[in-house]
Amino acid sequence: MMKKIRILIAKPGLDGHDRGAKYVARALKDAGYEVIYTGIRQTPEAIVKTAIQEDVNFIGLSLLSGAHNELFPKVVDLLKAKNADDIIVFGGGVIPESDIPDLNKKGIRAVFTPGTPIKDIIAYIESAR
Amino acid sequence: MSKDERFQKRRVDWENTIVKKTTDRFPERKTEFTTSSWIPADRIDIPESGDFDNYTEKLGLPGEYPYTRGVQPTMYRGRFWTMRQYAGFGTAEESNERYKFLLDQGQTGLSIAFDLPTQIGYDSDNIVAEGEVGKVGVAIDTMKDMEILFDGIPLDKVSTSMTINSPAAILLAMYVAVAEKQGVSRDKLTGTIQNDILKEYMARGTYIFPPKPSLRLITNIFEYCSAEVPKWNTISISGYHIREAGSTAVQEIAFTLADGIEYVKAALKVGLDIDSFAGRLSFFFNAHNDLLEEVAKFRAARRIWAKVMKEKFNAQKPTSMMLRFHTQTGGSTLTAQQSDNNIVRVAIQTLAAVLGGTQSLHTNSRDEALGLPTEDSVRIALRTQQIVAYESGVTNSIDPLAGSYTIEKLTDTIEEQVWQYLNKIDDMGGMVRAIENGYVQKEIQNAAYRYQQEVESAERIVVGVNKYTIKENPPSDVLKVDPKLRDLQIRKLVEVKRQRNQEIVNQQLNELRLTAKDRDKNLMPVIVAAVKEYATLGEICNILREEFGEYQESIVL
Repeated sequence: MMKKIRILIAKPGLDGHDRGAKYVARALKDAGYEVIYTGIRQTPEAIVKTAIQEDVNFIGLSLLSGAHNELFPKVVDLLKAKNADDIIVFGGGVIPESDIPDLNKKGIRAVFTPGTPIKDIIAYIESAR
Repeated sequence: MSKDERFQKRRVDWENTIVKKTTDRFPERKTEFTTSSWIPADRIDIPESGDFDNYTEKLGLPGEYPYTRGVQPTMYRGRFWTMRQYAGFGTAEESNERYKFLLDQGQTGLSIAFDLPTQIGYDSDNIVAEGEVGKVGVAIDTMKDMEILFDGIPLDKVSTSMTINSPAAILLAMYVAVAEKQGVSRDKLTGTIQNDILKEYMARGTYIFPPKPSLRLITNIFEYCSAEVPKWNTISISGYHIREAGSTAVQEIAFTLADGIEYVKAALKVGLDIDSFAGRLSFFFNAHNDLLEEVAKFRAARRIWAKVMKEKFNAQKPTSMMLRFHTQTGGSTLTAQQSDNNIVRVAIQTLAAVLGGTQSLHTNSRDEALGLPTEDSVRIALRTQQIVAYESGVTNSIDPLAGSYTIEKLTDTIEEQVWQYLNKIDDMGGMVRAIENGYVQKEIQNAAYRYQQEVESAERIVVGVNKYTIKENPPSDVLKVDPKLRDLQIRKLVEVKRQRNQEIVNQQLNELRLTAKDRDKNLMPVIVAAVKEYATLGEICNILREEFGEYQESIVL
């Protein structure tokens, strides 16, 4: 039997909009994954620390304040610095399409914008595991 | 059924007393109101027969208890709601320009959006502010930024709403100080601070301190304003964010009124007289797409609050029983897909708010699921309100949907379900307890989850998202905030610190600490004194963090 996939859903930055993050966390749990949710207002450092401690396979970052260009890549960089870049990082939130190519380049492997069905996120996780 | 003369008599009494008193002072917009085909539109329509006592008890007339039909006797025949677009981004200079643009476009009040570091009490140079400075609102570090923000805007001529909660006392202090510099006395200032901490714990997230000291700050503001800034709305008790977090319409009203009850209890506990502050409480609700449910929701909210104030808290003044509210159209109903469709959603929501009797309204822009709205989008959003106001005719007669079987049944049902929540929360020991044990968050999340599952399964249709989808090119004109803005803001902060008298600032901050330690003292005067010496928002909040501690989120999933 394959080991269960572990996913950390995290809210970097100062934004308190957690409806999407909590929905994704609960829906992924219902889909059979092991999900940990950080709560709001986490620093990239704290997220990376939790991810390593909890031995997760994926980190899903959610942000709606517009700070994604600064904070998402910071999480990826910190993972690299801790030799934990086997953890796959994806993101979601109010993120302009035009920012996505650059985020992909900086190691955020997938970005899900408003209206994405949960099955697309699950399909992504299954393809990337 | 034969006519019951009591109805007509009641209406004539109302016209001759409360209406006359109002129109003598504030004449209506026109001497005669008609439909577009010149059919006369009466100020109010009421039944001719039926259960008179039941009508009086449940609906009454506008401006009369229980205010189901509206808080003012002439409503929009007197004047339209305040059209107030929430705006602010980047630096104080940029936001000041946007405010002047909005005022030029016919907007009648300002609504200030602050960036997240400001809302959580951090200066722009704090490490946690990285990426957030100027993004969702304007960055304010010191009173200097506030002086720039309101440059050329006379504060005795505009009413200003500020979306600020944990550090509300500090931003209010800066506003009062800027007004003083403009030569405007405090008693002329009109506006609102959100100042509603409880919904931050359950839905919005910009809390700093734990509930107890937060409630002290709030009651300090009530007390200070009733003496010093009497026309200021000291709190905007908000259901907006609760709804955005995924609650139902019933939960929106229930949890907001439960918060209101908690604030009233806190103020009574420190010895304030109910009628000295209750009239300055205001509310803030959401308007979603289900038109009739939303209209019923607003009417039910007014009726319940009036009863709570009269029966539970024994308020005497009519203004203490009136639920006055601001509305914003529903951000979470906007779709990133086919975003022009959002104009239609916003128009329906505008109608809901107006038919529900709102006192002021913000209409969202079509592109807000994509990023900050462009100037074109903001203009369309404002025009939507103006079209409803001037062209739709729904403003001619007050509470025009009253008496509809569907509306009255929905109003009654919502009221009943709200009371069930209020009683349950009361049994738990009040709203602070209900939040601390995660009950409220869990209720909201369950509703949010159910909604989203229905969208996923297409049981609930969202046009353009799970039906009638098309292939689209990404939008090209999304407004961006300059990422270098933080450096600019930090340079301004350094310059202010260089120019101020550090010794006096230290003294003021020490005074603040001593005042914070003494629970019986009001913090407002020392905060006003500190901001005048250009103490920063972060410095003031840090002292309070040290004295009060910080709130830890109780994570419920």
